[in-house]
Amino acid sequence: MKAPNKSGWKPSMQSDDGMQSGPATNSGNRALMLEEPLLFEIGNTDMTGVDLPEIDPSATTRMGGLERVDSIGLAGLSEPETVRHYTRLSRQNYAIDLGLFPLGSCTMKHNPRLNEKVARMPGFADVHPLQPVDTVRGALEVINELAHWLIDLTGMHGVAMSPKAGAHGELCGMLCIRAALEARGDARKVVLCPESAHGTNPATAAFAGYTTEDIPAGKDGRVDLEALKARLGPDIAAVMITNPNTCGLFERDMKAISDAVHAAGGFVYCDGANFNAIVGKVRPGDLGVDAMHINLHKTFSTPHGGGGPGSGPVVLSEALSPYGPLPYTARTKDGVVHLVEEEQADAFSEEHSDGKMQSFGRMTAFHGQMGMFTRALTYMLSHGADGLRQVAEDAVLNANYVLRSLEDLLHAPYADSGPCMHEALFGDKGFGDDLSTLDLAKGMIDEGYHPMTVYFPLVVHGAMLVEPTETESKTALDQFIASFRSVAQRANAGDASLKQAPYYAPRRRLDETQAARKPVLAYREQSPPAGKPTLSEQGGS
Amino acid sequence: MRYLPLTDTDRSDMLATIGADTIDDLFSDVPEEARLDGPIRGLPMHASEMAVEKHMRLLSKKNLAASDAAFFLGAGAYKHHVPASVDHIIQRGEFLTAYTPYQPEIAQGTLQMLFEFQTQVARLYGCAVANASMYDGSTACWEAVAMAGRVTKRSRAVLSGALHPHYAEVVKTMAKFTGDTIAGASPSIQPEPDTAGLIARIDDDTSCVVVQYPDILGRVNDLNEIADAAHAKGALLVVVNTEPVALGALKAPGDMGADIVVGEGQSIGVGLQFGGPYLGLFAVRDPKHVRQMPGRLCGETTDAEGKRGFVLTLSTREQHIRREKATSNICTNSGLCALAFSVHMTLLGEKGLRQLAAENHRLACLAADKLAAIPGVEVLNTAFFNEFTITVKTDARAMVRKLADKNVLAGVSLARLFPNVDTLSSRLLVAVTETTSEADIETLCSALKEELS
Repeated sequence: MKAPNKSGWKPSMQSDDGMQSGPATNSGNRALMLEEPLLFEIGNTDMTGVDLPEIDPSATTRMGGLERVDSIGLAGLSEPETVRHYTRLSRQNYAIDLGLFPLGSCTMKHNPRLNEKVARMPGFADVHPLQPVDTVRGALEVINELAHWLIDLTGMHGVAMSPKAGAHGELCGMLCIRAALEARGDARKVVLCPESAHGTNPATAAFAGYTTEDIPAGKDGRVDLEALKARLGPDIAAVMITNPNTCGLFERDMKAISDAVHAAGGFVYCDGANFNAIVGKVRPGDLGVDAMHINLHKTFSTPHGGGGPGSGPVVLSEALSPYGPLPYTARTKDGVVHLVEEEQADAFSEEHSDGKMQSFGRMTAFHGQMGMFTRALTYMLSHGADGLRQVAEDAVLNANYVLRSLEDLLHAPYADSGPCMHEALFGDKGFGDDLSTLDLAKGMIDEGYHPMTVYFPLVVHGAMLVEPTETESKTALDQFIASFRSVAQRANAGDASLKQAPYYAPRRRLDETQAARKPVLAYREQSPPAGKPTLSEQGGS
Repeated sequence: MRYLPLTDTDRSDMLATIGADTIDDLFSDVPEEARLDGPIRGLPMHASEMAVEKHMRLLSKKNLAASDAAFFLGAGAYKHHVPASVDHIIQRGEFLTAYTPYQPEIAQGTLQMLFEFQTQVARLYGCAVANASMYDGSTACWEAVAMAGRVTKRSRAVLSGALHPHYAEVVKTMAKFTGDTIAGASPSIQPEPDTAGLIARIDDDTSCVVVQYPDILGRVNDLNEIADAAHAKGALLVVVNTEPVALGALKAPGDMGADIVVGEGQSIGVGLQFGGPYLGLFAVRDPKHVRQMPGRLCGETTDAEGKRGFVLTLSTREQHIRREKATSNICTNSGLCALAFSVHMTLLGEKGLRQLAAENHRLACLAADKLAAIPGVEVLNTAFFNEFTITVKTDARAMVRKLADKNVLAGVSLARLFPNVDTLSSRLLVAVTETTSEADIETLCSALKEELS
């Protein structure tokens, strides 16, 4: 493997003569690295970037005397200034479009632009959720077609489409479980989660009214089946398991776990965050799973958008399907896709499912993340059944390639037990004095990469979870591996310069303690600039 | 398969490096009986960009786009003009394809934007602090009820009957599982909200009173009286707003004593999208309540060289640190919709927002007057912003369906929103925005005249 850095220069070799960083500039900018003030420092309340009619002060209003008189304090910019402000800000972000984004458990794959184009078709983007159903048949068909794909890909019985993101989907699945237990008069109170679980799992169980207990893990990084069986009993409502798990390993005993949980009268919730590793290769429905959310923004390529919006449909077993949330879509024998809301729910259930559907209720206004449904369906149709299977294979291949290319340098706790799935897990054992996983991560920033997921899962000390995804070429992986090896070698050698990394990002390390101790969560004007009225003096327009 | 860069040669080279013979060796932990032997049957194979686009375009054509009709729907989702530059900016890859800003040194773009967004929302709502967004207005509403429970250590929430019924349903659904008590009510169909009736329902166990402003019938009223009554009983006032444009003309909830203000931000920058993704807004008036807030918060700090920068902060409230003791299980929020909101709000500025609000109100007044002049139509509201309720001398829901065939989307019938309330069959909620032309209003009026004659 050849490093792209042929000269072998390292940040640790930086000289003290100032030539490396060059002289200071008047603006604080450094060529294409541009500083950008806050909107409230460059805009003002009288500037606008839209052309709307001037307000007629003599017009009568019918707002019950509740006119907003005081200044709101919203700064505006003209259109060119607006575009420049946000374009400058955008350049301070790392993104998939710029390079490999190996965040474990986040599946940062390429976001196809066809998805964006389709989502913006007026028939999808410009449709109101409460239009008469005859005017939205295409939208209902999209929801139904996507539901059909999700059911077929997972081998499950039904799917709840309305959850807004993964954690909302988890909540949906747990509420289905609770509704099913209550329907049989069974008031179980405990949910078991592995220590390696995403934080959302125990938080969700608590929000659904359960207490949580840890499931012990075995030495091979998987659920300890015997210990789990010993804990099962009439108080266990459900077991929440991530498969592939957060150590990047497939839970080999999944079917046996499900059988044991079912035998004890409980349900199996599977966190589907890592579905990308197995899509088209194995169906969770064949492993006894009762509910699993699917992050459309992970496996099915809808954009992460700097933190959402996500979309978290939940596939459900036959036992849980009757309890899914309202509204839902259903295709009847005549081929028509119906929208079932509170109003028709009982009658529709009587007519089409012998009264079995007993929804636990509504989780959100309207019908879920339609804009994500169109994108995900576009992606599925593009890949097809064959392409999605190839997705899983390439994702797993890329992760194993990373694992085997680093295991001589970094502690890889489960490397001996076999292949990983879609992500490779390393720990900080062997790092030099005082150096931590955080230092290595910041060193990766200087190399031009977004760091891997760090300090998660909690079961591995100084964990680094690397998920390259299937949309990286071998060349891109080789360059990433060369950088990763270089920084790992520096960490092992105790290279103290890593403690100050990053050197070349728009910002050096940020003081998170200060941010939390004295929170500044909104902009406040300093004393007003000369000649400008203060906000309270401006009054309403 | 255009999204997969590996070639077959790459694949075999990489398998050799790994020391595996076939790709199936890497799936050896999957029990053999569960492994699928080929592509899942019954699903289509991969398709070209052209073929997929065509398939999706045909589906999209089966919907009536709002812009192709005379359009008067609201009830929590509003059709507004979104400037072209908003959509351009949210499609920049550095925003679109970034993750949650957990590595702040290379996410200052998203973080500074969120700090500006939080400031915009807080000011719009008349509050001290807003978070970095929630899924949508309805889930933000439940999170506000849950937060009020944590603050007051009480578990009985009183909902106004004029709260959006979907929001009320979400709150009631969640409360079934958390053990909270929700006192709901049917909407009272009067020209003005039933403030006295609402206040009478507040007792010493009440954690919060939840009111919508403008309410589901489009009515607006001073909230100070309700705030005082709630505070006198030790309860919080939660105000829900589903039309942020209204706050460019109407007093802010935070300035009338609301403790938690939540709402739907879709009107600014996001678009209709058949109901999602939307943008949940969440703010508190008193900074002392910040540590009980759900969701992500972005805060200002400095870097090692003393430069100003931004980070996600107070994360000890959140699930990834606090696990089962977190204030919410929320993780992903609505980052890109928050960006769209923030860019649109920047383009508007206070001047543009006020003009936008005034234009909405002007056209709504015009529409209300023209509708009221039609025999068989009555306008219910005394006061409103851009949405009001009318009574028609026929079944409103059937009429809406019928008019849709003539490309008139006349409004949202209250019978659709409140299916179990018999007395609402003749009521119709009509929303008017800057996208409504005077010709559209004429079209609606003549369609109604024809129906009612």
